[in-house]
Amino acid sequence: MLERAMARHHYSGAALIEILHITQQLYGYLSRPLLKTIAHKLRLPPSQVWGVATFYHLFRFAPPKAHSAVVCMGTACYAAGGQELMSIMERHCGAHPGDWTLEAGRCVGSCGLAPVVICDGDALSRLRPDDLESRLQARGPRDPRMQGFANTPGCLPAVSSRAISGEGNER
Amino acid sequence: MNAESLKPERVAEHDRQKGLADRIMCCSVAGCLSAGAGAVRAAIEREVDAQGKSAAIEVCGTGCMGLCSRGPLVRSAAADLVYTDVKPEDAGAIVGHDRSKFENRLLDSDHPFYAGQRRIILANSGRTDPERIADYICQGGYQALLRAVTELTPETILSEVKKSGLRGRGGAGYPTGLKWELVGRNSSPVKYVVCNADEGDPGAFMNRSVLEGDPHRVLEGMAIAGCAVGAQQGYIYARGESPLAIARIKTAIEQARREGLIGGRIFDSSFQFQIDLRIGAGAYVCGEETALIASIEGKRGQPVPRPPYPPEAGLWGRPTLINNVETFANIPTIIEMGGELFSAIGAPASPGTKVFALAGRVERTGLVEVPIGTSLRTILFDIGGGVPAGHEFKAAQTGGPAGGCIPAQYLDLPMDYDSLSRIGTMMGSGGLIVMDSSSCMVDLARFFMEFCMDESCGKCIPCRAGTVQLHEILRRMTRGEGRESDFGLLEDLSGLLKETSLCGLGLAAPNPILSTLRHFRNEYDAHVRERRCPAGHCQIPAAQEHAA
Repeated sequence: MLERAMARHHYSGAALIEILHITQQLYGYLSRPLLKTIAHKLRLPPSQVWGVATFYHLFRFAPPKAHSAVVCMGTACYAAGGQELMSIMERHCGAHPGDWTLEAGRCVGSCGLAPVVICDGDALSRLRPDDLESRLQARGPRDPRMQGFANTPGCLPAVSSRAISGEGNER
Repeated sequence: MNAESLKPERVAEHDRQKGLADRIMCCSVAGCLSAGAGAVRAAIEREVDAQGKSAAIEVCGTGCMGLCSRGPLVRSAAADLVYTDVKPEDAGAIVGHDRSKFENRLLDSDHPFYAGQRRIILANSGRTDPERIADYICQGGYQALLRAVTELTPETILSEVKKSGLRGRGGAGYPTGLKWELVGRNSSPVKYVVCNADEGDPGAFMNRSVLEGDPHRVLEGMAIAGCAVGAQQGYIYARGESPLAIARIKTAIEQARREGLIGGRIFDSSFQFQIDLRIGAGAYVCGEETALIASIEGKRGQPVPRPPYPPEAGLWGRPTLINNVETFANIPTIIEMGGELFSAIGAPASPGTKVFALAGRVERTGLVEVPIGTSLRTILFDIGGGVPAGHEFKAAQTGGPAGGCIPAQYLDLPMDYDSLSRIGTMMGSGGLIVMDSSSCMVDLARFFMEFCMDESCGKCIPCRAGTVQLHEILRRMTRGEGRESDFGLLEDLSGLLKETSLCGLGLAAPNPILSTLRHFRNEYDAHVRERRCPAGHCQIPAAQEHAA
């Protein structure tokens, strides 16, 4: 599949970002061996492939976990109490570190329904803190469903997940 | 499709729609979908089937109808009514036109929310199915392209756009006609047209709604641009975080290609124009034009110094025209009605309309389109229904992390490029967020600085290091640890960033600080000198009061 996608783009280095998107769709994340293969096939230095991949927030370098949550931190959601929802999620994910990928979203475009948390692909809108707590309880410890537009890897309790925590990033 | 077949197609679709008893149009853009529009549409479809009316009543998706806070919205074309807060249980009442069930949940075109608006960009949103090209053609779509290709010359298209006075809707407001002329004058045999759809401002979802609700309008605008400047290839650079917009663009490109409206020999002329989609991967800085170009080329989205500007040397070193989604969406209308007529809409120095994403502490939030120059008061209080009871208007934030705020004393200011920049903010791409007395302006400045700090690409030092330092000072203030000397530091550093940063991100990053300092100095004073947050938003520990 990946080979076909690369062939469709004539193994052109200009298609690197497209190829990375396809790879992540196929494999869930960008592993080092995959990135090496891509570099080889597109005839690009591995450093360039790694540099481009880590520059962009949407690419992840670790396998996704069972649950994903995106807390919208757009202006409207922030003003409507997104930070409080984030703290709840951070606490919850801190208690179940192996199960959750937690991210801060950059405006999911539902400002009219602020604040919004996207939990396993379901948008929970106009969310009050106690609502979120009860929904998290109801969701149970593990759910095989995985979807949503996950960004950065890893739920790091007590660390602002807004910081880009990808390895090899400039910061 | 050739010049002769566009009209019959239009007539055929028009007759088909006239033959229907009703078209029930369910909002199918991100906002309403996350409020449950999918289930509503399925329930209505089931109901229509159950009543055996599937031949007479069409159920389809449509673009944003504006009032996102009351979603999901459903429109009945026959009754010309919008139903709000629709639940799957309402399906029967909608199909049977039973209005009694929708006491306070009906909007007609005289409702204050719609009466104050003038919808050009959003004209088809709520009236056509974005996934059917025939529907767009039925509304007069691709007529402007036909006219541009068969009747007009590149020079006359350019002169229409110049006469219209259209200014770039990405935020900076550069005259579109001038930009097109720069690219058009260049003698290079290869040129590109790029649509900047990397709308990353938090609190802004106008472009994405246009792409989700009426993608063909943007494609048509791009093709006309290609015809005017002599480009044969266009790219849409879309945000990776908007999967629905991406899907709709893909569908639209495919349909337009199949109909021969993009591709080779458009309308049997010698004009050819291809459009391809490029998907960003979550870097705010890629909204900056040189970074966007680097990203399309498959590189890191880092800006490069200008000049040369993209109209001289852009994508792969070739002359490149880059415009925002909304700018392109204006083009078909300009060609149709003529530049001069268009220039009569809106304010004299900034003609046309502007789409705003209204959010925050206001009764009716969503997408509104008004003539440029409409006062903030009209937008907030007439269209938006004012601030909810028990709250008081404090400021409106425009332009996202590059903009500033409009305090209450400027409520009657016309919203146009020049008036806004005079009071230290900007039109921006159209995010308009209303703050009330519970919002802390110092924390707002900190919020935007945190955003800029995260999104700085790291190439130039003023932005990379400056945003971190500015954020640190603001964070200190919001924690009640601010010092008297911080005021000077904030102003110095802000000035430095504005003078020495490489690209728009760094140049504009201090704007929210400068704007809040200018209009809400008292809040900064309270945080630093009195160790308290007047809005009660920042958590300043009591013990801090006596700290140095």
